[in-house]
Amino acid sequence: MNKVAIIGKGHSRFGDRSDVNLAELSFEAVHPALESSGLTAKQIPYMALGSLGGWSEEPLPAVVIAEYCGLTGAGLVRCEAACASGTAAVFNAYSVVRSGQADLALVVGAEKMKQIDTLTVMEMIGRAGYYMWEFENFGMTFPAYYALHAVEHMEKFGTTEEDLAKVAVKNHRYGAMNPVAHLRQEITVEKALNSPMIAWPLKLFDCCPISDGAAAVVLASEKKVKELKIEDPVWIESIGFSSDTANISKRENYVGLNATLKASKMAYAEAEISPKDVDVANVHDCFTIAEIMAYEDLGFCEKGKGANMIREGDTEIGGKIPVNLDGGLKAKGHPIGTTGVSMLVELTKQLREEVKPARQAPMKNYVALAHNTGGTGHYGYVTVLRR
Amino acid sequence: MNKTPSLKSNRPLTITYNLPISKTSKFWKKLKEGKVFATACKKCGKLHFPPVADCGECGSSEIEWVKLNGNGKIVTFTEVIVKPASFSKEPQYIVAVAELIEGVRVLAWFRGIEKEKIEIGMKVKLKAKVCSDEKIAYEFVPV
Repeated sequence: MNKVAIIGKGHSRFGDRSDVNLAELSFEAVHPALESSGLTAKQIPYMALGSLGGWSEEPLPAVVIAEYCGLTGAGLVRCEAACASGTAAVFNAYSVVRSGQADLALVVGAEKMKQIDTLTVMEMIGRAGYYMWEFENFGMTFPAYYALHAVEHMEKFGTTEEDLAKVAVKNHRYGAMNPVAHLRQEITVEKALNSPMIAWPLKLFDCCPISDGAAAVVLASEKKVKELKIEDPVWIESIGFSSDTANISKRENYVGLNATLKASKMAYAEAEISPKDVDVANVHDCFTIAEIMAYEDLGFCEKGKGANMIREGDTEIGGKIPVNLDGGLKAKGHPIGTTGVSMLVELTKQLREEVKPARQAPMKNYVALAHNTGGTGHYGYVTVLRR
Repeated sequence: MNKTPSLKSNRPLTITYNLPISKTSKFWKKLKEGKVFATACKKCGKLHFPPVADCGECGSSEIEWVKLNGNGKIVTFTEVIVKPASFSKEPQYIVAVAELIEGVRVLAWFRGIEKEKIEIGMKVKLKAKVCSDEKIAYEFVPV
């Protein structure tokens, strides 16, 4: 099988992007991704799109984006794995290049969530558990699903609301330095703790915002990397994948995500690394409790010790393993299908030491990890990158 | 502040799904009679809640209906403050997951109790809840 590298990247500004439609927004990511690869749209034989959709008007976003960006004629697909749709698209395109079906592939993540009202967005995401058994009669929301996890984690391990607030404070601090982030203001623990309750015990600042945004990466085979004389490829060492039950009631516990655990074991084994080799990570912090559980499920610490990592500053720059230095979903924003692609754009920059020094992780092994979850741990992907 | 120019779509879409329940209709019929049932696989014995017509564990489609006694313990819970659009007229609600003595877990609203009085591990009863012919569900109540 071919080795696969990221050779180019692009990223739109995240936030309320009512100034552009889905195709125009995607162009903001696709154009720099192609340009930084030294390619034109006509040279791309295959494009995979990560997008959940429903909140914007186009039911076939892949064809609309491809036409607008000059990619008509390429093989096209839209991938759905809920909030992990971006990594599902990466995995799809990676498989195409890895297997030798094509030497180049473009991955786009694009989502426009601000075209409808907030409570309808809450409704559409809330329906994305097991609709029949959890929404129709019980009106679950995503904050509520993660609140079920927070409550058991707090009961079992003594994690506190203040610990959760500290995750938000950290991610806002880095988000404030990231020019493409949706929320660019620093916050305090007090501000987070005093923010309005959304689903007890999760408050407004425990939740990621609803965002518009696009991101893109160009993938190439080793042969193409040489042919194009790419100087600084970032290699995809492995992509681990797994899933969990549709019904939340069928899980064994609510203190972690099994899909993350399994996907990470797979990714570490294939890349032949252990968690301590990772220089920088982006984890799926759709809610603050999700970041704490991710530390544990990814093996950055033992199960139950996640809150210690945030208390001790282990996941800040200078700590054991810096996490979400772009602000994470919490502050950078979470355009659902874009997130997995956005993580790879950020980690490519980190590995190439391209970001502002104040949010650059120190590099020892030049190894980075991206963790992307869909639903409430329904879909799990862990990607290992190496420069 | 200047508003970003946009067109309002003239084509609103209202969707109401018909939910197919013919293979598990007994569940809904029994709920109306005040009883909560699960299904058990006749081949491998696996007890399923929510009820199913086919067993994902062993692939058998031979199932039998089993009445749940309803006694269980709270595993975790939350109170939904910001509600989805279609629940906007409902008062705030508490959602809990409880493990029943039969071993299956159920997610449902926990009613008749204040959030402050709920503790993980506390005993609850799962009961059928019939509001009208069209609106049938189940809920937890304190023991």
